[in-house]
Amino acid sequence: MAAIETREKVAALGEKYKYGFVTDIEMERAPKGLNEDTVRFISGRKDEPAWMLDWRLGAFRRWVEMREPTWARVRYPKIDYQNAYYYAAPKRTPQKQSLEEVDPKLLETYNKLGIPLSEQKLLAGVAVDAVFDSVSVATTFKQKLNEAGVIFCPISEAIRDHADLVRKYLGSVVPVTDNFFATLNSAVFSDGTFVYVPKGVRCPMELSTYFRINASETGQFERTLIIADEGSYVSYLEGCTAPKRDENQLHAAVVELVALDGAEIKYSTVQNWYPGDENGLGGIYNFVTKRGDCRGRDSKISWTQVETGSAITWKYPSCILRGENSVGEFYSIAIANHFQQADTGTKMLHLGRNTRSRIISKGISAGRAQNTYRGLVSVHAKAANARNYTQCDSLLIGHECGAHTVPYIESRNSTARVEHEATTSKIADDQLFYCLQRGIGQEEAVALIVNGFCKEVLQQLPMEFAVEAQKLVGISLEGSVG
Amino acid sequence: MLEIKDLHVAVSGKEILKGLTLSIGSGEAHAIMGPNGSGKSTLSYVLAGRAGYEITSGSIRYRGEDLTALAPEERAAKGIFLAMQYPVEIPGVTTLTFLKTALNAQRRARGESELDAVSVLKLVRAKAAELKVPEDMLRRALNVGFSGGEKKRLEILQMALFEPKLAILDETDSGLDIDALKLVAEGVNALRTPDRAMLVITHYQRLLNYIVPDKVHVLSRGRIVKEGGKELALELEARGYEEIVKDAA
Repeated sequence: MAAIETREKVAALGEKYKYGFVTDIEMERAPKGLNEDTVRFISGRKDEPAWMLDWRLGAFRRWVEMREPTWARVRYPKIDYQNAYYYAAPKRTPQKQSLEEVDPKLLETYNKLGIPLSEQKLLAGVAVDAVFDSVSVATTFKQKLNEAGVIFCPISEAIRDHADLVRKYLGSVVPVTDNFFATLNSAVFSDGTFVYVPKGVRCPMELSTYFRINASETGQFERTLIIADEGSYVSYLEGCTAPKRDENQLHAAVVELVALDGAEIKYSTVQNWYPGDENGLGGIYNFVTKRGDCRGRDSKISWTQVETGSAITWKYPSCILRGENSVGEFYSIAIANHFQQADTGTKMLHLGRNTRSRIISKGISAGRAQNTYRGLVSVHAKAANARNYTQCDSLLIGHECGAHTVPYIESRNSTARVEHEATTSKIADDQLFYCLQRGIGQEEAVALIVNGFCKEVLQQLPMEFAVEAQKLVGISLEGSVG
Repeated sequence: MLEIKDLHVAVSGKEILKGLTLSIGSGEAHAIMGPNGSGKSTLSYVLAGRAGYEITSGSIRYRGEDLTALAPEERAAKGIFLAMQYPVEIPGVTTLTFLKTALNAQRRARGESELDAVSVLKLVRAKAAELKVPEDMLRRALNVGFSGGEKKRLEILQMALFEPKLAILDETDSGLDIDALKLVAEGVNALRTPDRAMLVITHYQRLLNYIVPDKVHVLSRGRIVKEGGKELALELEARGYEEIVKDAA
């Protein structure tokens, strides 16, 4: 009896990950495993020029020599890199697509995810590039962006059509040998997004990419490269989901941002990869390298992330503050429930004079989850008058979870000013009781209190995504109290 | 409206209420007075359904229903409101957002349609004006940085907004100056209709000058030891709890 009840409860809980469906679509895959032939296969499928293949092979040869990092506070069984597929694509993908040519089943998937690729989105002013497993299937609103001179396309297309830009900037922020996962990505990345905003242009709409892992046993390795030329502005949002599967799937993306003189890039992420079930089975391993280079003076890069998914999150969106007066920002909400493990934070590297950075991190732990903020603020010798403000707040729900804060601060310039504040709190019984007494149920009360806790970060998100993110915060914490 | 019979309540294994019996009819206002530690706040928490307050024996019936079977939020939706002695702070959640969330949660539970932001704002503004709650308080985080008086006024504002059937006021007068006290009392009196009941828990007689009770109960060591009309409050004020409790014993 009890067993049936438990099973029913588990089933009901499973319902809460509403993106856990699988689309039945014919896939083409590379043979299982990873060797130089896999790299050649991927490059060949993309009709890449020789320089790109060489770049990938160079990365692969370095990767073979590298070791997986172990310094993060995350535990997982050894990943067998030979027991996975490195390329999976829906079968019918002609080279150049218009929306009409896209497999209707795929479009249906995106509708289920609530991102219609149709012209409706035009009204919302959002251009969407959707990456389904390994290929970019449709990019909307090309026309309007073309008029502004903005390039927004799959990176595979940019490698062919904008080779000069890609060659100049790819790997210039995250070098090929940066770290184990970034190097792996450099060898096998399958697709991703490329954005170039020309001088003085304010991108006329929010740009958005939607990533989805559909195929089983498949790693996803996207590569995103955004270049904001002098005096330009762009706001970019990525969202991620994956079906529910009992096995763990690897996701190792690389994102590179370059902001030239006076340019500003705002990069927002709502990450909701499948987190695994409440017993810790399945879920995405998310090992991501994101870095922005404020290469020009008076430039600005702002990262906002809402991390609610993945079994493991290993992610440190960073800013290299090279240009004089440049500004780096990091706003983060990381929620870990059940058996999720998150080790996330940022690096702010102050190289130029009068550079400023601001870090606001909100970590929420529930169930038996472990949530670590890991951050580095480094002020180099030439960074006179550098300023940093860091605020790390942790919220604990229940008695079996953990919150950890690991800030590193280095300063080699005596005029620098670095501030760090940290708090840890719990949702108090009296807060919960107060909400209940006013008629607000337990789960809604937790969502309300946590959203209040995260407010400073949620405010940074573009309006329509802020509403989604607020709901997501509630959903991720269902079942965390009581 | 409310029928409490021989109620025994324990907190962390220690018995606090030891056979409390109390009955409140529709349209009535009752006062509970008693010294510190007599079980006044425990009674209010038990009625609201707070976790950790264990009913070891006895019964509570509310409008013909077994109250103890209901979750705290269900009790709220069915019209039980507790104005708290120490209203809690919720950082980052504006007062208005909180009121809208609570109001709509109650309406949903009763099968009524939810109100949109504009309607809620109108409603709240009207009540706020009556209670002289300044507009900026609605935009600040709930109770964060509020003075004692502001917190209590906000409790009464919520009471006016939710229009409960049974309102329990736990030491609502503590921390209020005389003007605020009058304002709060007016708010309470405005809700005194034949289909509602009030349970006013207080230390001092002062509040009862403004909210005149139909009945006064003296609580001591977890039991009602004396009952009377509104004049009992005056007697308590004059003679002190100790003497009255001794008389009763």
